[in-house]
Amino acid sequence: MPTLLEVKGLSTYFFTPEGVVKAVDDVSYDVLEGETLAIVGESGCGKSVGALSIMRLIASPPGRTVHGEVLFDGVDLLKLDDEEMRKIRGNRIGMVFQEPMTSLNPVLTIGRQLTETLELHQHMNKQAALRRAAELLGLVGVPDAERRLGDYPHQFSGGMRQRVMIAMAMSCGPRLLIADEPTTALDVTIQAQVLEVMRRISDELGAAIIVITHNLGVVARYANRVNVMYAGRIIERGSARDIYRNPHHPYTLGLLKSVPRLDQPKKEKLAPIEGFPPDLINLPVGCSFRARCKFAIERCAQEAPQLVSIGEGHTAACFRAKEVNAAYHAGTEG
Amino acid sequence: MTQTQQATQTKQDGDSHLIDVTNLKMYFPVMQGVVIQKRVAEVKAVDDVSFFIRKGETLGLVGESGCGKTTTGRCVLQLYKPTAGSVVFDGQELTKMNGPQIRAMRRRMQIIFQDPYSSLNPRMTCGNIVGEPLVVHKLVKSKQEFRERVSDLLITVGLNPYMADRYPHEFSGGQRQRIGVARALATHPDFIMADEPVSALDVSIQAQIINLLEELQEQFGLTYLFIAHDLSVVRHISDRVAVMYLGHIMEIADRVELYANPLHPYTKALLSAVPIPDPVVESQRERLILTGDVPSPLRPPSGCVFHTRCPIMIEECRGAVPPLREVAPNHWVACVRV
Repeated sequence: MPTLLEVKGLSTYFFTPEGVVKAVDDVSYDVLEGETLAIVGESGCGKSVGALSIMRLIASPPGRTVHGEVLFDGVDLLKLDDEEMRKIRGNRIGMVFQEPMTSLNPVLTIGRQLTETLELHQHMNKQAALRRAAELLGLVGVPDAERRLGDYPHQFSGGMRQRVMIAMAMSCGPRLLIADEPTTALDVTIQAQVLEVMRRISDELGAAIIVITHNLGVVARYANRVNVMYAGRIIERGSARDIYRNPHHPYTLGLLKSVPRLDQPKKEKLAPIEGFPPDLINLPVGCSFRARCKFAIERCAQEAPQLVSIGEGHTAACFRAKEVNAAYHAGTEG
Repeated sequence: MTQTQQATQTKQDGDSHLIDVTNLKMYFPVMQGVVIQKRVAEVKAVDDVSFFIRKGETLGLVGESGCGKTTTGRCVLQLYKPTAGSVVFDGQELTKMNGPQIRAMRRRMQIIFQDPYSSLNPRMTCGNIVGEPLVVHKLVKSKQEFRERVSDLLITVGLNPYMADRYPHEFSGGQRQRIGVARALATHPDFIMADEPVSALDVSIQAQIINLLEELQEQFGLTYLFIAHDLSVVRHISDRVAVMYLGHIMEIADRVELYANPLHPYTKALLSAVPIPDPVVESQRERLILTGDVPSPLRPPSGCVFHTRCPIMIEECRGAVPPLREVAPNHWVACVRV
């Protein structure tokens, strides 16, 4: 499949009075047409900032993308002027945010919010846009779609609001959908519904999806490939199967081992990752995961490990990747 | 009433119950009018719920948001005055107590909140937050004793005693939840209600707090009511599990039994919705995805409250509320089709 999006050496820093926060630091990856890429990591690891940088939605000041290229269909988004960028946002790249209550406008009807993008990007007239909006709502499974166009966001439940967000993001037939924690605010039974809707629609439109999440479970069913991020960097990349079944970075392994699993017998004790993520202003020299790592050696304190190839399309940034992987398979990681 | 039977019958099984809840109801009035307020409707947040908790065990209470699990927990602690029903704590009826009596009992019943950010006063130091229950219940006699107890508590939950002078914003989310745990432990309680204690935390930190809660239970012989929506976490920590939907308990059973042999269609749907972090397992799993949303508790459906989303609904379900029946030893289900 051809490459749709290519991110090269992307670095987004925040310049605060306390110092420079390297939220995203030299991150490179690509997204193929029609695939689902998951970006996984804990709060503050830079996964949302990375996605917002693609859309050029970082508030400046204090934030700035200081380095890198974002090639979308061969065009560097970071070099476009504001007018050209507006034609991409909501049109060729759609976005679904985490909190559906705060990302919808409470004083406009759902119909108005859906038709706005259609009128702006697709140059539809009011009637045509309303008809299309009703179709879209039906498509994402909002019952009684036509009547509900006149309703306001507060009249919808959380799951329904997230469907409206998806309808809005999909309204112009985008090539890429970026979903930032699309199901975190929802109940489990509703999460499953929303993810199914997202996948079905993107299949129909042939759009690629970037799903950002902190929950490895949520994306296992949907992702083709996974980027694991820690402290502003990608520390492991690979196919979903590689990441879940054959992890090579101690952080990935820690994430997989720290959650109780319903399909496995109950363990006596969970194996948490001890400690907490580092302060992004004063990142330690060497590997930023070192302080929490059971595999750390002296070398980890001196130089930062780079992503190196493990297998086909699978890379990890760890000097001891082989030992980590061996420990995972032996079940002796602690 | 079958639920009353449950409470009395299981009492005879030799286990000592710390908490017995019988036919608990909590209705919140909906008022309308500016000057003269009229009661126009009721939200039946908890509707006829009965269960017990044995000494030293963990009862997991699961359900989706708005199902009444937090309200149930708060009624047990008498943070809400229940509309009807009885709550017996260690042989004493709580619902008939007056203010001072309840306050005295609260020394033995504590709570850990969901959100470690909003449940700590930003203007108090960590030490004063943890030590406040000691002052309220007059458990220390001198400043010196206060400081010693606070240090002990901080060490117990894995924090450093020198952190007592810091303010909440200086701590990470996981550390703040440890402060919340230390505060709950301050009065040497018998019972702790943990209301979604890990759902606001990052995955790698969740496991730390769960392990801490388990260690403390062992060390101090605590009894937990563990409220959560994450079924895999509940399975890990609970001895028995109750599933709630729209103010009713749908199923209650021992942990192993409930997860190995779920009987209620809602429990089955909940379990199948939990994602498993393994793409190979996930691709082979049959999913039971519920249609529609949870109905409003203002206008709950007639009969079985789950019938509007139930895949095996029959006409009978619209009629009467199905009672909890014991279908296997200690396995109670409220469904006519089981």
